Amino acid sequence: MTLTALAFYLFATVSVASAFMVISARNPVYSVLFLILTFFNSAGLFVLMGAEFLAMILVVVYVGAVAVLFLFVVMMLDIDFAELNEGFLQYMPIGATIGLILLLELLLIFGASTQLVSQSALPQATPEGMTNAEAIGRVLYTDYIYYFQAAGAVLLVAMIGAIVLTLVKSENPRRQSIAAQNARRREDGVELVDIEPGQGL
Amino acid sequence: MLANVTLLLPELVLFIGAMGLLMVGAFATTDATRVIEYGAISLLLIAAIASWLQGDTVAQLAFGGSFIVDAFSAFMKTLTYLTTAVVIIMARGFMQNENLARFEVPVLMLLAAVGMGMMISANDLIALYMGIELQSLALYVLAAIKRDSLRATEAGLKYFVLGALSSGMLLYGASLIYGFSGTTNFAGIAQAFTVENGILPLAQVVGMVFLLAGLAFKISAVPFHMWTPDVYEGAPTPMTAFFAAAPKLAGMAVFLRVVISAFPDALAAWQQIIIFISIASMVLGAFAAIGQTNIKRLMAYSSIGHMGFALVGFAAGTEDGVAAVILYMTLYGVMTLGTFACILSMRRDSGMVEQVKSLSGLSQVRPFMALCLAILMFSLAGIPPLAGFFGKLFVFHAAIDAGLYGLCILGVLSSVVGAYYYLRIVKIMYLDPPADEANDPMPRELSIVAGALAGVCLLFFVYPSPLIDLAASAGQALIDMPAPDALLTGLFEATDAR
Amino acid sequence: MQELLSSYYPILIFMGLSALITLALIFVPMLVAPSSPDPEKNAPYECGFEAFDDARMKFDVKFYLVAILFIIFDLEVAFLFPWAVAFGDVGVFGFWSMMFFLAVLTVGFAYEWRKGALDWD
Repeated sequence: MTLTALAFYLFATVSVASAFMVISARNPVYSVLFLILTFFNSAGLFVLMGAEFLAMILVVVYVGAVAVLFLFVVMMLDIDFAELNEGFLQYMPIGATIGLILLLELLLIFGASTQLVSQSALPQATPEGMTNAEAIGRVLYTDYIYYFQAAGAVLLVAMIGAIVLTLVKSENPRRQSIAAQNARRREDGVELVDIEPGQGL
Repeated sequence: MLANVTLLLPELVLFIGAMGLLMVGAFATTDATRVIEYGAISLLLIAAIASWLQGDTVAQLAFGGSFIVDAFSAFMKTLTYLTTAVVIIMARGFMQNENLARFEVPVLMLLAAVGMGMMISANDLIALYMGIELQSLALYVLAAIKRDSLRATEAGLKYFVLGALSSGMLLYGASLIYGFSGTTNFAGIAQAFTVENGILPLAQVVGMVFLLAGLAFKISAVPFHMWTPDVYEGAPTPMTAFFAAAPKLAGMAVFLRVVISAFPDALAAWQQIIIFISIASMVLGAFAAIGQTNIKRLMAYSSIGHMGFALVGFAAGTEDGVAAVILYMTLYGVMTLGTFACILSMRRDSGMVEQVKSLSGLSQVRPFMALCLAILMFSLAGIPPLAGFFGKLFVFHAAIDAGLYGLCILGVLSSVVGAYYYLRIVKIMYLDPPADEANDPMPRELSIVAGALAGVCLLFFVYPSPLIDLAASAGQALIDMPAPDALLTGLFEATDAR
Repeated sequence: MQELLSSYYPILIFMGLSALITLALIFVPMLVAPSSPDPEKNAPYECGFEAFDDARMKFDVKFYLVAILFIIFDLEVAFLFPWAVAFGDVGVFGFWSMMFFLAVLTVGFAYEWRKGALDWD
């Protein structure tokens, strides 16, 4: 048990610290790298709660894909980093106020934790004799088919949206045409011309 | 399962149809935009009829209680789908002229309409969220569809960032509510929360406030309205017309549904919030619109103000109040679409114009367009005997019955202030000298739409009872929800059915 | 629960070990490696003359499109894992449920193929 507590504090501390570094790092590329560290530690926290599947999805999707996309975006923007950081102090008061409000609310909820539904009354993350992924799989595609298909629709819209907004057709694409290459014979490309001496072509 | 599918029929028609049209567009060798527009319009009409036919049934649940079909959802869906169809008709000419005619636009509008249908029928926090995301994602793309324009991409980006923020707030609230109730089902939440004298425990109020804040973003009620003017101004005009009409209808419907079915007894808790955002929206809508020179920006503040007026009826929390909101939103949809049909006709030889002063002397050049716009402006201002007046009459009546006199007085006052800028447009059109360059004649489909909708506003008072009755029965369906127990027994019938 | 967590002991040990080695690799050079820092050593080198401009440059938006399409299919695959694990339990209904989901995304895939979003140029 103590090891679990130790692991929890380790993951929690590192994720809060690296989340802070995400917003305070001067170089956005470092921010993204700290974000990846935050994702990893959050995945650790999910494992401690018994939500293994969610933890692995967090690593696969967020670390594997979303963070890479962020890196692309950061590189694509070509921004002046010094200029970017100038506004930091200016927005500090309002950001701090919002953070304070959220903190107070969390404390409020912590105070009202007796009203929370007890853990045992809620569905368990790992039902007896079943892995996490299996427990999800048993309900997601049947009982929760409506949400599942709605997720498919959202993904379809995302796909159309990405293409509509970013696809740029190049004016004059030079594509390889393998059929044309193979169909080309020596006779098509080479012409032998006998040139009389002294006359030129 | 089959019963579930029947209830979902309008959305399924739209969704499968949208995929079909996407494939037609992708595989067509010639430009199929025209065909796809007609296809989208007919799909929306079919879906509207299918929703309309669901109106007689008593409340029915599908998919383990996460999807509800009743007279309220049927009416709001019919309205939303018809609105979307009208926008597609209005958009055609503009998109062609501005080189924006792409077949993805009607497809995305169809998918947004599916999201709106899901929102209106949501009876569960997750279903609500999925509906909102499907709708919003399509709308973000539509806002930025003119991707070469700096203003349009800025509009799309602002809409996206603030929309994501509001979704975050909504999710935060939803997670708190789940933590305190142990369920995401609206009826289950109503059952789980112990309410004494209309007062919720403080921590649960926080959850509700975040949920309502997220929803207020979607209907652009003050203080969550910041995105509206910039997005309305920057997005292509037909898309602005779409944003001003359909998502507002769906957003208001889901707002009503969440509050009334998940927090039916906590009237004291949510009434204050609704009264506050209602007053703030009405006052800001009235005063901020005065100085606007861009007519799309003006319409943005006007729509903020109208959301405030609609919420007046909601603040009453009574059956009459809800019916008044439904009626108000219907008439708001009619007036907004009519006005945008006129704005879309503001074209000169040199291109589209958006300034209010370009309307100067319009009555001498294009008398029909000026007449339509004048009727719509009078109606938006709430001048009797036009439709807008009846909308306001009913919401204020409901609020007075509920004893909310202060709210009504502020409402009437801001309505008087608001009348100034609507009437100023009429004055510019009728009394000012004509502009140097004449307005092009109205395109046929726009003149039909504007004329028909202005006619509805003008003649509503002759025979108002069908619409009022419909709104009343829809409101009744929402308020007289079957007891939570009866709804909860319907849970997980999907499991048995398979 | 406890049983689940105990199956993660090897990973915990692995993480501890890797943290130890990385820290050692950071600190040991600090102690033993020769070090004579000079700002010129960090300056961009451009054949004898001053650097013309920043080495950072704009990426083509194509990279972004590929990345976002990848994310979408990545998420789609994430939905497939629990389905595969629980395949025996979800029955025919669960099977067709997934088939419909895949059909929706196949429609999207056909669209992006036809639009040429998968061609690099």
